[in-house]
Amino acid sequence: MSHALVSLRSRLQGERWVAVAMIAPATLVILAITVVPLLRAMWMSLFHIVLIRPGVEPFVGLGNYIAELTSPIFWGAMGRTFVLTVSSAGVSLALGLGLGVLMNQPLRGRWLLRSVIILPWALPGVVNAFMWQWIDHAQYGALNALLTQVHLLDTYQNWLGDPGTALWMIVIADIWKNTPLVALLVLAALQTVPKELADAAEVDGADALQVFRRVTLPLIMPMLLVALVLRTIDSIKLFNTIYVMTGGGPANATQTISLYAYKTAFQVFDFGKGATLGWLIAFVTVGFVIVYLLLIRGSARENRP
Amino acid sequence: MFGTVRVGRFATVALGILFVLGACSTGASPSGAPPTPTGAQPTAAVSQSPAAGPVTITALFMTQAGYTDDEVKAMTDAFTAANPSIKVDLQFVSYEALHEKIVTDQLGGSGQYDIVLQDAIWGPEFAVAGISADVTDSIPADMLSGVFGGVLVGTQYQGRYYGIPWLNDTQYLYYNKTMLQKAGFSAPPSTWDEMEQQALAMKQKGIIDYPFVGQYKQGEALVANWTSTAGGFGMTDFVDAQGNPTFNTGGSLQALEYMKKLLDEGVTNPASTNYVSNDVKGALLSGQAAFGIVWAYVYADSLDPAKSKVVGEIGIAPMAGGGHACNGGMSLAITKNAKHRQEAIDYALYLASQPVEEKYVTAALPMWKSSFEKPELSASAPELWAAAEVAYQGMINRPMVPFYTPLSNALQVALQEALLGQKTPKAALDGVVAQWGSLQSQ
Repeated sequence: MSHALVSLRSRLQGERWVAVAMIAPATLVILAITVVPLLRAMWMSLFHIVLIRPGVEPFVGLGNYIAELTSPIFWGAMGRTFVLTVSSAGVSLALGLGLGVLMNQPLRGRWLLRSVIILPWALPGVVNAFMWQWIDHAQYGALNALLTQVHLLDTYQNWLGDPGTALWMIVIADIWKNTPLVALLVLAALQTVPKELADAAEVDGADALQVFRRVTLPLIMPMLLVALVLRTIDSIKLFNTIYVMTGGGPANATQTISLYAYKTAFQVFDFGKGATLGWLIAFVTVGFVIVYLLLIRGSARENRP
Repeated sequence: MFGTVRVGRFATVALGILFVLGACSTGASPSGAPPTPTGAQPTAAVSQSPAAGPVTITALFMTQAGYTDDEVKAMTDAFTAANPSIKVDLQFVSYEALHEKIVTDQLGGSGQYDIVLQDAIWGPEFAVAGISADVTDSIPADMLSGVFGGVLVGTQYQGRYYGIPWLNDTQYLYYNKTMLQKAGFSAPPSTWDEMEQQALAMKQKGIIDYPFVGQYKQGEALVANWTSTAGGFGMTDFVDAQGNPTFNTGGSLQALEYMKKLLDEGVTNPASTNYVSNDVKGALLSGQAAFGIVWAYVYADSLDPAKSKVVGEIGIAPMAGGGHACNGGMSLAITKNAKHRQEAIDYALYLASQPVEEKYVTAALPMWKSSFEKPELSASAPELWAAAEVAYQGMINRPMVPFYTPLSNALQVALQEALLGQKTPKAALDGVVAQWGSLQSQ
């Protein structure tokens, strides 16, 4: 133990030791407010804790985890979360990429496009949810009005009250709100791509699409990964949009894992199960990120000359 | 929600500091006249308030529904004027935040509230969890005999009272008089079969595409809607005397089958599957529905030209099938670890007293039977008062079980599955009964 300390001390000579000592308090605080609650939640998930039955808190070990992983409600929620995440993150990534490239072009009025694009993302989540609820309204909604007036629809549809369409309306609301984030990240990444590379590729005979695929895209791939991870985490966490628009209905058709965790923890007050679900959500999110990293690393290795 | 907690704590701390300063500066102030209970028998429990200086009780109410914040403040000011030794710290949160706020306050360890507003459906849960105190001995005799029976049942659990009844409400069958007359009917339906006939006639005559609109969104309103419908099919209770579920048979099953049938026949607006009470109100008051089940507040709005396109055309009737609609009342619970129990009870009894309730009738009708025999009160809205008198006598309750929240969540899903045609009504309700054991143990 002392030997390790001595070798540690010798490695962190002089300034480095001071630097570590200076950062230590802040690090400890951050650990305390992030890691400690996480560990407490992990501990809580090993017990059967229902707040309205105080004093009765038996240890159940992995019982909560097993109960959830064998519950059809849990897997239903996971399935819907998966559908929501893949479609929302995927479409917003594609759209955001296109928008970012567009905003990078020398257009007249580009300044206007760059200013307006931020508006959906700046909208508070709850306001966005209410807005889309009104747009999708079965009797007064603008969507129904538009589609019937251009004769794409015969009668008004119950978008949010029909289990077949409700989740897709949530996806649309989420995509609309969050695509600007991806567009801005892509725009920022594109600014760092040296113009000489694209010019050199053109001189070599590449057309615009090849320049994009072979030169630009690999260079902005790290930023795309960041955008994808952020969008995935946002979609898995998505709560207020669903809560306002459908409340998890119709018949649980929009009940994703975050809504299920909320109802378990804060309506039924089953804190043991709620903590369990929180950790399961964290595992799923990390799983997604690992998959992304592997895919991106794999494609990066392919593209190396 | 967190903002309100911080403001509430700040207010309490500020009041506490003022109280300490006041007590210190004025020395031993003489205790004021004893609080004037409205016929309350003092309980054996002695409050822990100090002999000198005013006592502050902290009260949690609901905003934007029932009595307005200003009305509650006015009632409270009148109480504190009559009882100078008691001060009341009022806090308001929206209904949606109320349940969480009460539970986390009382069971999270802080426990700042002496008196909270509780919904009828939380009564058993709070009683079993030790949040609300047993106030059976504090309910005065005139309340037991003078208040509608259904209201009193809504504050009981296993024969004991865990709340002082106060804010009363139930659901009504609203109807559009003009459409009714056009279809050739002179009176609103008195049974559900009659409503179906009237609605079909309206539809066939082209008066309106979807005569009926319901609150079928996945939420508590759906369970309330179903309860009100089930009352008209003879349901009186969701569980039997032994606590076993009976809602998958009898009146409650017939009610669900009826609701599904009306959807299939095109009588009920299919948009109802995402509607809550405000959407039903919107449909009724814009003339796009002939019938709707919703709470009392819609009646006043229907007469307001700023909110209603059909002023004077909306009638209100007791629920079809005998006026047995869902109890939506709320009572005042005294918390078990209230620091000033007797003062809180006195305050609650004051608010619930007949004179106070009769003073604020525009927001909520009184729960006292004899108030309905006073023409000067009902003159402002005779149709509403007449319907209410019948409805209050026939009120029925949603399941009065301590595990109501998980049960309601399961019922909401099952009811929607039945209404959307994913399961038959019987299969959907059987599914909830099958979960009874696991719901109970939560």
